[in-house]
Amino acid sequence: MTDRTGGRPHLAVVGAGPAGLTAALAAAARGVRVTLVDSAREPGGQFYRQPAAALGARRPEALHHQWRTWERLRDGLARHIASGAVTLLTDHHVWSVERESGSAVVHALLGPAQEESVAVRADALLLATGGHERVLPFPGWTLPGVLSAGGAQAMLKGGLVLPGRTAVVAGTGPLLLPVAAGLAAAGARVAALVEWADPRDLLRHVRVFAARPAKLVEGARYAAELARHRIAVRPRHTVVAAHGSRHLEAVTVAALDRDGRVRPGTERRVACDTLAVGHGMLPHTDLAEALGCRLDGVAVAVDDEQRTDVPGVWAAGEATGIGGAALALAEGRIAGLSVAARLHARTPDPRSYAAPARERAALRAFFAAVDSVCAPPARWAEQVTDDTVVCRCEEVPAAAVREAVGELGAGDVRTVKLLTRAGMGWCQGRMCGPAVAGLAGCPEAAPRRPFAHPVPLGVLARDPAPAPPSDLAPHPAPDPASAPDPAPPSDPAPHSGPASAPVSDRAPRPTRHSPSTGWESP
Amino acid sequence: MTRRTPLELAGAEPGPAFTVTFDGRELAVLPGRTIAAALWSAGVTSWRTTRAGGEPRGVFCGIGVCFDCLVTVNGRPNQRACLLPAEPGDVIRTQEGTGHHD
Amino acid sequence: MTKPLTCDVVVVGAGMVGAASALYAVRAGLRVVLVDRGPVAGGTTGAGEGNLLVSDKEPGPELDLALFSARLWDGIAAEPGVARAVEYERKGGLVVASDPRGLTALEGFAEGQRAAGVAAAPVAAGDLHELEPHLARGLAGGVLYPQDAQVMPTLAAAHLVRLARLAGASLLTGSTVTGVLRTASGSVRGVRTPRGDVHAPAVVNAAGTWGGELAALAGVFLPVLPRRGFVLVTEPLPPTVRHKVYAADYVADVASDSAALQTSPVVEGTAGGPVLIGASRERVGFDRSFSLPVARALAAGATRLFPFLEGVRAMRAYLGFRPYLPDHLPVIGPDPRVPGLLHACGHEGAGIGLATGTGHLLAQVLIGRAPDLDLAPFRPDRFPDSPPGGSPDRSAEGPAGLPGERLRESPGRPGEFHRPEDTP
Repeated sequence: MTDRTGGRPHLAVVGAGPAGLTAALAAAARGVRVTLVDSAREPGGQFYRQPAAALGARRPEALHHQWRTWERLRDGLARHIASGAVTLLTDHHVWSVERESGSAVVHALLGPAQEESVAVRADALLLATGGHERVLPFPGWTLPGVLSAGGAQAMLKGGLVLPGRTAVVAGTGPLLLPVAAGLAAAGARVAALVEWADPRDLLRHVRVFAARPAKLVEGARYAAELARHRIAVRPRHTVVAAHGSRHLEAVTVAALDRDGRVRPGTERRVACDTLAVGHGMLPHTDLAEALGCRLDGVAVAVDDEQRTDVPGVWAAGEATGIGGAALALAEGRIAGLSVAARLHARTPDPRSYAAPARERAALRAFFAAVDSVCAPPARWAEQVTDDTVVCRCEEVPAAAVREAVGELGAGDVRTVKLLTRAGMGWCQGRMCGPAVAGLAGCPEAAPRRPFAHPVPLGVLARDPAPAPPSDLAPHPAPDPASAPDPAPPSDPAPHSGPASAPVSDRAPRPTRHSPSTGWESP
Repeated sequence: MTRRTPLELAGAEPGPAFTVTFDGRELAVLPGRTIAAALWSAGVTSWRTTRAGGEPRGVFCGIGVCFDCLVTVNGRPNQRACLLPAEPGDVIRTQEGTGHHD
Repeated sequence: MTKPLTCDVVVVGAGMVGAASALYAVRAGLRVVLVDRGPVAGGTTGAGEGNLLVSDKEPGPELDLALFSARLWDGIAAEPGVARAVEYERKGGLVVASDPRGLTALEGFAEGQRAAGVAAAPVAAGDLHELEPHLARGLAGGVLYPQDAQVMPTLAAAHLVRLARLAGASLLTGSTVTGVLRTASGSVRGVRTPRGDVHAPAVVNAAGTWGGELAALAGVFLPVLPRRGFVLVTEPLPPTVRHKVYAADYVADVASDSAALQTSPVVEGTAGGPVLIGASRERVGFDRSFSLPVARALAAGATRLFPFLEGVRAMRAYLGFRPYLPDHLPVIGPDPRVPGLLHACGHEGAGIGLATGTGHLLAQVLIGRAPDLDLAPFRPDRFPDSPPGGSPDRSAEGPAGLPGERLRESPGRPGEFHRPEDTP
């Protein structure tokens, strides 16, 4: 479908983080009309998560790295929104995507009430859905005060708030460094940074640093920040347990041997009220899978142009493999250039994206090295006691997973789930999936989730508008007064800029609709 | 080194605080904050008890993925505190179990 | 090559029917090996809702088997720890009619069932809400079936397998049967798997939707075909929907277009908290792609029945493939074409409920006793010996003149099985 007013082809981008934004700008600059859909109230994604506008932050850059890049993205977005080339839909929670007679349809619930759904129809779709953190379980990890490292960072960046006074940052992976540095800069005492890998192992990968010397500089800068905040760094250590009755009071930290076993006698109790813990990231692949895109391991498989194997569907950023913001920017740019060429029935000239392609290759190699160094210690599951809750939603203990495998004939993650309920709760296994796989001794597999987001049955039951007059069609709503008022394509800008009010502010919040049905009539 | 606050670090000049209640207690909330950030800033870190074990829970993933921070706001259960912006007058309640009443 | 295992009977398929077949066989004194290419309950069982229903069956051999099976389920559930482990609940089924015409048809249907031994109590419109407080207003009435029960099907299969193993049966998971071994005279003498042969004078085909493929390995034609169904799963709720509740509209339907998508609302709570919403029927082969239109139709049906569900969120959906035969009856018993081959598959949407009776009757046959129920209606050789026209799929009507043929879609099988989408 092409734009009725300008004849421009239409790209829908899911995710307004570095990958989605870069792609949107690259495509918009080349004659593509772009609708950018994101669940947050502000664009930026997790990496460039912005403080809420009403908090009036004059120095948001104090919480960020690579702020210049963000300024460039932000200003570019504002220009394209003003020109009508880009429509930004914030607070839109995508719960499903469909392919329908050559176009892609994105279904999104309007937040925060999430009682209405809109459909965005486009000629092409870019999935820049990012990732979320992997946290492997240990005794005490469900105590309030224990949270994901990325979660602590997100709350700090978005809400300018800390969970406590004294924090331990633990786990593995490059995210821990900025989290520890950020918490300290914002006023928390960071008692320790506990990393189960030995960062010196990374230095064995000489070639990847030769290709990306900037990463060495970045590492050195973080080391200096940690030193400045007097944060004790404990490589080849792990948090064995978290302690407390109704809230975290302390953690036990211990050293690991070369096999990843806890060294007996090295356990040390560290008092803290916050544990920010993470064990790497996982790509968000729900939408890609619902469309039938091929996965490569747990990430969306893409070609040189960032195309998935489903025609008309591109993917970029963490969804195609974890590699951080710089890689997301490179992939987003390539995707945007490819979309623009393909939607104008051209084959993109590889020379046009040679620079980001080189960047992409080097960063992928770098993060492959990081992955190999930061892989979970082989014996991590041994530290998970039988009574440790593995599935946080359904409160399934490790013993139940072990019993399903040992006694009840489960041999895969799906059967473990059916026998134990691990992964059947609100988060649909996004949190416990890797842990269940590890405990069961099965490969980590991304299960299919037809709904990327819980959707009210009343919304689901309402048919989408047949043949929408515009390509942004609200589903028939029971109460027209509360229905969203999305701009038709001829309206250039529902938002004046990224800092404008979120779309959802138009909808009254807690009222619940009960559309009448035939069955209800007396 | 002097300890500062995240608000100072970011040079925040927020608008005037408004009031919400949490389990009947009045809390002052800066505009723009989510329910979770509002509760954290008041020193509250758990606002749900689980269905089976009655265990306390609060923020875990912080980005809307884990659903651990579910809370009842203005009578609507199962709202993600980490995503939902606080509004003046919000009535926030600790959520027990499914959050639904039979 | 590993030394072949030897036993009295090999059961192929560790789903619900295979689990029950193994349990009754081992309890009848037989040495049993249970084989599956995947894990326990990896096929249609793991995608089911776990219904033990009599309410949806018209008088006839399937209803007789359902009543027989229900008594056996009661017995198994009375064994120590079982009822809790498998989430057995005799919750009762409530079938509701939206208009007087539908109610008349439903009551006529129930009258026939009562004559066949089903407990079926009419419920006046005004009394529906005492049974189901959240049911839509304005319904014409319904019928309560107290014998209807529910289990969690994966747990049920796994625990029956566990009981069978405690009694001496062996379980071989991850072992695909690649051949059925035959003697020179044509009798069955075991099965071949990549992990070794299993020798036995009897082989039970409990391969469910894939039962036709196993039959083919033994050299016989069995027209088992898949019928896709979706289930929606809601957020966890306190006990809100007490019975298995479904609409009786299908009873009033005189005929149905069997090729098109059909959905009839079926709503029930679970011990775990979520409400399950079915049921759709489509003949699309083994297509595993998610269908938003089907999900919408299910949601529309469920919210008509229970308006409070409007504001309740669907967390996931899964799909599965019911095994059906052209006349909608399972095949149970020895195959006269291949001595030693027995079938126990094709239960369509009812295999969890019918598994106990099926396993019990097969065990009786295996030890040479006369089965408690006549197996003639379930004879495996009641179909032609080859696919008509070579086409593997066909309409529900099937070729004319088949014994036991039904001229229309089997009246609602709300307790359908489904295979989750998240199967690796």
